[in-house]
Amino acid sequence: MRLAELINFYVIPGIVIGSIYALIAIGITMTFGVMRFANFSHGETMTIGAYLVFALVTGAGMGFVPATAIAAVATVITALLVDRFFFRPLRGAPPIILMIASFGVMLMLRSAVQFTWGVNLRMLYTGIDRPWVVFGLSILPRHALIITTAAILALCLHLLLSRTRIGTAMRAVSDAPQLASIVGIRTEAVIAATWAVGAVLACIAGVLLAVDTQLDTQLGFRMMLPAFAAVILGGIGRPFGAILAALVIGIAEELTSFPWTGTQPLISPSYKGAVSFVLLIAILLWRPTGLLKGTTGTAGGSG
Amino acid sequence: MAELYGIFLYFVFLLTIGGIYAIICLGLNLQWGMAGIFNAGVAGFVGIGAYSMALVTTRFVPLTGVQALDIAAGLVAAMVLAGLTGWAVARICLRLRSDYLAIASLGVAETIRLIFNNEDWLTNGPRGINNIPRPFDGFALPWNQISFMLLTLSLMLGVYLVMQRLKYAPWGRTLRAIRDNEVSAAAMGKDVSHYRQVAFVIGCAVIGLAGGLQANYFKFIDPYIVDPLLSTFLVWVMLIIGGSGNNRGAVAGAFAIWAVWSLTELISMKFLGGLASKSIYIRVFLIGLILQVFLQRYRMGIFPEFIGTPTDKKNIRGKLRQ
Repeated sequence: MRLAELINFYVIPGIVIGSIYALIAIGITMTFGVMRFANFSHGETMTIGAYLVFALVTGAGMGFVPATAIAAVATVITALLVDRFFFRPLRGAPPIILMIASFGVMLMLRSAVQFTWGVNLRMLYTGIDRPWVVFGLSILPRHALIITTAAILALCLHLLLSRTRIGTAMRAVSDAPQLASIVGIRTEAVIAATWAVGAVLACIAGVLLAVDTQLDTQLGFRMMLPAFAAVILGGIGRPFGAILAALVIGIAEELTSFPWTGTQPLISPSYKGAVSFVLLIAILLWRPTGLLKGTTGTAGGSG
Repeated sequence: MAELYGIFLYFVFLLTIGGIYAIICLGLNLQWGMAGIFNAGVAGFVGIGAYSMALVTTRFVPLTGVQALDIAAGLVAAMVLAGLTGWAVARICLRLRSDYLAIASLGVAETIRLIFNNEDWLTNGPRGINNIPRPFDGFALPWNQISFMLLTLSLMLGVYLVMQRLKYAPWGRTLRAIRDNEVSAAAMGKDVSHYRQVAFVIGCAVIGLAGGLQANYFKFIDPYIVDPLLSTFLVWVMLIIGGSGNNRGAVAGAFAIWAVWSLTELISMKFLGGLASKSIYIRVFLIGLILQVFLQRYRMGIFPEFIGTPTDKKNIRGKLRQ
């Protein structure tokens, strides 16, 4: 009975939130790998995607799937425009300058969303789901949807990175930027593709999270800490490392609220936000290159 | 006449908060500008300073029986507790690369916010703490406001002088040497991690002092004080625009951005009509845009860092930091 409770109410929600962290962390780890900086504005890309879907669904009465497709395209365009105006002029600058620029982009994108849609909570999806029950395991349909979508997207990402020219080029730039440019890989095309992949995944992650909980303008920013923890735990520039790490972090966050000893949660759920931080610190001290060895030993520097 | 008086009071307010921001900015300048430590958790240390002041002056009264002494004790507690927290963070995080440190320090601030929000027995949770005393409140308007402004500005001046002294002392030169080339500084026999730790702790204590003053000024605090927008990102914009590494730049940037921030509020309240409630978003956008312009065009800020002693006739322009 206790095991069923553990799985139904802690492990499965952990996998659900972990899947969402994974979709965000992929974008961050890929920009980190290709452009060598920690992009703090990625969460806002997610918020924008979710709000665009909200506008299309409630404003234009569209279905979720076409709305998400259109919103994903719009999010990609936004990401490319942001790159054109705020990151491209700083190519070659120290990564820390790009990171500071990403703080600025974060403020600008978020305030644009808040200006357009206001700061009130919105519901993207209302209605009560009945869980599907199989052999004592119960899962909400929307949770099944989130996990399946994330799995399919991970598969698509794998195919993109391993079977296409642009995907191979992305991995090459991430692993060895100088070598990649010597053999004639067009870095700007790779950078554009990286933004596009990250934006599509962030948009879908935003929609999934908004469907699971609710929509507000801090949606993306709240995801940044666990997502960064996943990026570092997975190894910078390693998308599949980030996916694995995101699931670990999602499950760990939920398991800390399980009443392991007696009836009280191990750690009060209100401290859930600190779990990924503690994990992050532990990873950084114990294994700064991540579970799967990451690429960018040269990023950052002391100033 | 009444209007002039209103404008005068508004400037007193502007200078008071500007002075508090300038103190935070000077603390951050020691950490980032001089030592190259990326602290993205400024808000957390502001919060610790503010809550220290609030707890000392409201929970443990009568501490001395004299309000001025209580407030002084609150300011000392704000600095000590923020410094101690900074020391604990430094012990764990300072060995990290600067981009990792940014992420970790953002987590520090978030954790501090969660503590303020959840530990009701100590912090009264989301309801916050009120009735925090403000010095000189016994005076009649406008003298109470003016006196508090003068207190803030003189504390700011004191911090500025200490920071200038630290900067041009051998200690500050060592710090810059570590910032610019850690390996060579270590090869010269400097204890790199010790210097960085001390710089971080002093910076946190200074930020905590500003937090304490903020609690005095508003007489009320809640966990919202650890909001990253107003207490972390705005301060970073101030420092980058003023010129990181330059104490004069830190002060100038703080006043300039604070003036832009609050004057645009005033203008939008007067002219935007129905849009006024949304003006804060336009202003945040503007601040983000100003940051981008400076990063792309004037990365050294309004007052670029000068390397040399204040007595140098011709200050040598600091070369663009790599």
